[in-house]
Amino acid sequence: MRKAKSAFLGVIILFAIWVMLTDTSRQELIFGGATALLIAALFHSRLTVLGDIRLNPKSLLYMVIYVFVFLWELLKSNIDVALRVINPRLPINPGIVKVKTSLKSPLGRAVLANSITLTPGTLTVEMKNDYFYIHWIDVTSDDIEGATKAIVSHFEKYLETIFG
Amino acid sequence: MELTGSIITLTGSIVLFLGALGIFRMPDVYNRMQAGTKATTLGTVLFLIGVSLGHPGCGCQGKIFILIVFILATNPVSSNALARAAHTAGIKLTDRSVKDDLKDDTETGEAK
Repeated sequence: MRKAKSAFLGVIILFAIWVMLTDTSRQELIFGGATALLIAALFHSRLTVLGDIRLNPKSLLYMVIYVFVFLWELLKSNIDVALRVINPRLPINPGIVKVKTSLKSPLGRAVLANSITLTPGTLTVEMKNDYFYIHWIDVTSDDIEGATKAIVSHFEKYLETIFG
Repeated sequence: MELTGSIITLTGSIVLFLGALGIFRMPDVYNRMQAGTKATTLGTVLFLIGVSLGHPGCGCQGKIFILIVFILATNPVSSNALARAAHTAGIKLTDRSVKDDLKDDTETGEAK
């Protein structure tokens, strides 16, 4: 089941990329679809990481919401860093803090780490077991719980539903 | 449409400029990377969106979408790799830093 889902998602993703890269004439679509199927069939044992994605209506809805949450955070983080950079006093209070994640799936963790890097004032430095070490440009919380709440909680809510 | 595209492209270049300024002003490698990663990501994305809006007839919107997805997926990974390498190589945080949990945990052997 998991393998079939991975292969299915692989075909969809490959085919979507192909359609975006080329025209939509019939020959090209048939060739691209055939190639996507072939690649997914040959490499389905390596695509299992895609099996982490859950395919139910709630999860798909959360994916769409997550894209917007993420873009909003990206915008905020740029304004945040830009304001710090322009300010003559350079108001930073940096440090590396430790946060705990409850996500289990490798793909979910990768997405979480990427999201943390692109959100206001945080940069993922290292990942060990259940802990992320994050460089925070303005440390406002000293303990693991406080930092976890401030940095990862608002993403985990969505990622838990999408990846489990 | 062309005007909107130009404005978005200009915004992107301003973001990229602020990123460059951030790399110049920040005190240590980690803070510089903060400024660098965020600004280059948003700056490049805005720049690409501006280009695709400014040339509606180019048929390149799909390619630009793929470029944006790849930039969003890979830019943070590269900065994560750089930050990790810098920390492993023992580059110190600036004196203004308040704490370094990773260093503490590496010394006590907890982060193995």
